[in-house]
Amino acid sequence: MLKHARQGNTITVKLDGELDQDSASRVRQELDDLISDARIKHLVLDMQGLTFMDSSGIGVVIGRYRTLATRGGGVAVRGESPHVQRIMKLSGLYSILEDAR
Amino acid sequence: MLGSPLNNTPGAPVRPRNHMRLLFDSRSENESFARVAVSAFMSQLSPTIDELNDVKTAVSEAVTNAIVHGYRDSFGEVEIESSLTQDGYVVIEVSDAGCGIADVEQAMTPFFTSQPDMERAGMGFAVMKTFMDDLLVESRLGEGTRVTMRKRISHAAGAE
Ligand SMILES: Nc1ncnc2c1ncn2[C@@H]1O[C@H](COP(=O)(O)OP(=O)(O)OP(=O)(O)O)[C@@H](O)[C@H]1O
Ligand SMILES: [Mg+2]
Repeated sequence: MLKHARQGNTITVKLDGELDQDSASRVRQELDDLISDARIKHLVLDMQGLTFMDSSGIGVVIGRYRTLATRGGGVAVRGESPHVQRIMKLSGLYSILEDAR
Repeated sequence: MLGSPLNNTPGAPVRPRNHMRLLFDSRSENESFARVAVSAFMSQLSPTIDELNDVKTAVSEAVTNAIVHGYRDSFGEVEIESSLTQDGYVVIEVSDAGCGIADVEQAMTPFFTSQPDMERAGMGFAVMKTFMDDLLVESRLGEGTRVTMRKRISHAAGAE
């Protein structure tokens, strides 16, 4: 289970290890369980412990963004490595992300 | 099989300083195996952490595509062939004998995906293109796909 903390309508979830196509289905399912409560509007993904991510991770973030955007909320990201940053920039992800601070 | 890969530049036959070939089942568990194997192999060129990450990510994209697209309705083997050249390049070919790509140009367009319902971003080829120096995609419908990528390693040990 992913480490998480809830504060009001915001949930912060820690991502660890490698996020590729293989792990994406599990991470996607766990995130969806964590945001299943419709009162949650904001998801903060703490990527400090993420050692690898490819484009599968982009799909995971966009998918959760779609769910939360319909509730008037969104997704924020923090602690991402420069490498993850490059992939997210490439796909224009920062333009849809909320501010983590 | 398919056309001529990047490491066989006509007129300039460069003997690789090292070469390897890997064959594995089209299972998602093998994505991390492929990344680790290629990164261990190319460590002979003394790449930086950034260069290693770039290559690992590109390999991950190509291998994932072979598994989830090439063999989407089937099961087969993915092959990785890699050479380290005398002049400090790592050359990587990822091939599958899967369904092939009907329109390679469209497939390589950023954000194009044939599986939007699977939450794919359509960014795989864009990532490979950005993180490597050269990218070549050869494909035949019903026969398979081969992705050839090349990257110069800046301080390749012993490079001329
Ligand atoms: N080995 C392959 N065999 C068959 N089709 C492929 C192969 N590789 C890519 N494709 C096709 O090219 C498209 C684009 O690939 P790309 O990797 O850029 O995006 P994606 O895999 O759809 O999404 P993402 O990589 O962001 O998860 C795929 O949707 C698929 O239709
Ligand atoms: Mg892909």
